[in-house]
Amino acid sequence: MTTHITSGSAVLEARGFCKSLGGKRILNDVSLRVNKGEMKVLIGPSGAGKSTFLQCINYLIPPDEGVLFLNGTPVAPSVKRELYALRERVGMIFQDFNLFDHLTVQENVSIALVKVKGMNRGAAALRAMEELERVGLSRRASVYPAQLSGGQKQRVAIARALAMDPEVILLDEPTSALDPELVGEVSAVIRELARGGMTMILATHQMEFARALATEILFMDRGEIIERGAPAELLASGGNTRTRAFFCKLAAEEGAC
Amino acid sequence: MLDADMFWNRIIPALNEGLLLSLSLIAPSSVIGFVGGVLVGTLRVYACSPLRRLADAYVAVFRGIPLLLQLYFLYYALPKWGIRFSAYQAAVLGFILCSTAYQSEHVRGALLSIRQGQIKAACALGFSAVDMILYIVIPQAVRRALPGCGNEVIYLIKYSSLAYVLTFIELTGQAKELTARTFHYIEIYFTAGMYYLAMTTLASWALDRLEKKCRIPGFGVQR
Ligand SMILES: Nc1ncnc2c1ncn2[C@@H]1O[C@H](COP(=O)(O)OP(=O)(O)OP(=O)(O)O)[C@@H](O)[C@H]1O
Ligand SMILES: [Mg+2]
Repeated sequence: MTTHITSGSAVLEARGFCKSLGGKRILNDVSLRVNKGEMKVLIGPSGAGKSTFLQCINYLIPPDEGVLFLNGTPVAPSVKRELYALRERVGMIFQDFNLFDHLTVQENVSIALVKVKGMNRGAAALRAMEELERVGLSRRASVYPAQLSGGQKQRVAIARALAMDPEVILLDEPTSALDPELVGEVSAVIRELARGGMTMILATHQMEFARALATEILFMDRGEIIERGAPAELLASGGNTRTRAFFCKLAAEEGAC
Repeated sequence: MLDADMFWNRIIPALNEGLLLSLSLIAPSSVIGFVGGVLVGTLRVYACSPLRRLADAYVAVFRGIPLLLQLYFLYYALPKWGIRFSAYQAAVLGFILCSTAYQSEHVRGALLSIRQGQIKAACALGFSAVDMILYIVIPQAVRRALPGCGNEVIYLIKYSSLAYVLTFIELTGQAKELTARTFHYIEIYFTAGMYYLAMTTLASWALDRLEKKCRIPGFGVQR
């Protein structure tokens, strides 16, 4: 029997992830570890592999190579029970919300509590209301997703993930599909989570957000992590990093930098 | 001329009897055919390869051969292999097999139309594949399939008249026999036609109500 021991107290560690799709290398030996309460931010050009990497972490896309550790224990995703348990412990927020169209806001949040966690309906409904309260949507509990704005949908999606009590949350460009005026309300919720000590891995193009909240920024390009470091380090003015160049290019589009 | 006594006391009671027998064919065939359609449709989309291909083959066969021939086969050919059905059993079985095949087409299309993102979201929450299909995909797919499936029930009401060729004297059969005895072709066929029209109208209305009841704000509209 082989034993894998990871140093320190990483909540989650992805080690040596590789993935090819359609004969093309999408991820090439990507590794990442995140400690409790940290926020790791993935940035990089479109097509860099950020979404693919995030989805490999909870095996929505099974990586070709690589091992995942949760609290130092390697996960064997080929065992169905372990796979489902992993996903229960790792929450995910998608760019386009992916709420369940046929369920009310409250049911969207409570259904996994009932079907996955085996909670009884009453307790699940109460828990759902608590989480909706937290994202400021308890008054919209009985409407359907189609009746919400994009920002509200994303907040429901966050409530749905939080209700599962995840140890880590993966966020894949949570504000990219939103109209500019709706970005703020979702960012505020994420900032609140960070302040509350939630462990997160976030892919984003919102550089100011990354700079303000990231414990570490990881710059990805063509399936590899090219640079990593604290925001102050990578974005220091006068510095000569890919990250800074990318940041300035995005900022130039917005008229800053 | 057809007198009122003949009409009300002979023809109408006989047609009513036929109507009841027709309903006894339609009710189980439509319900079981719908459930079967959901089952087979789901297999065709989500089952592993051998089971999926079996379901595909089933649909190809039962959609591709005339129902009349299928009924003849069930009632007249199977006894040669020692499998015997009453006319009623053979008819209902034939209707169920046929209806299941057609219904599964509507369900399959609806299943495939469910956004991939919701399936991902369910998986990311830790749903097992079966729970994901049962609680996320099927409730939405059934709503989408409802109009098509309802149409199928309307067809079934009409093709239930084929049971007559298996000597099961339902509504059409009664009408036929009445005309043979009384020669009032116009009145009898017209009245029987009205009976069918009433059934299909009632079914349309009920299906419409069902659709309204299942309606979810904004769901299925944006397509
Ligand atoms: N199923 C697939 N088959 C082949 N190539 C794929 C597949 N899915 C993704 N890719 C490719 O993988 C690369 C990485 O995609 P990914 O979505 O992970 O990038 P990303 O960094 O998230 O980009 P974005 O910022 O646009 O979201 C892209 O070049 C994409 O074309
Ligand atoms: Mg992406």
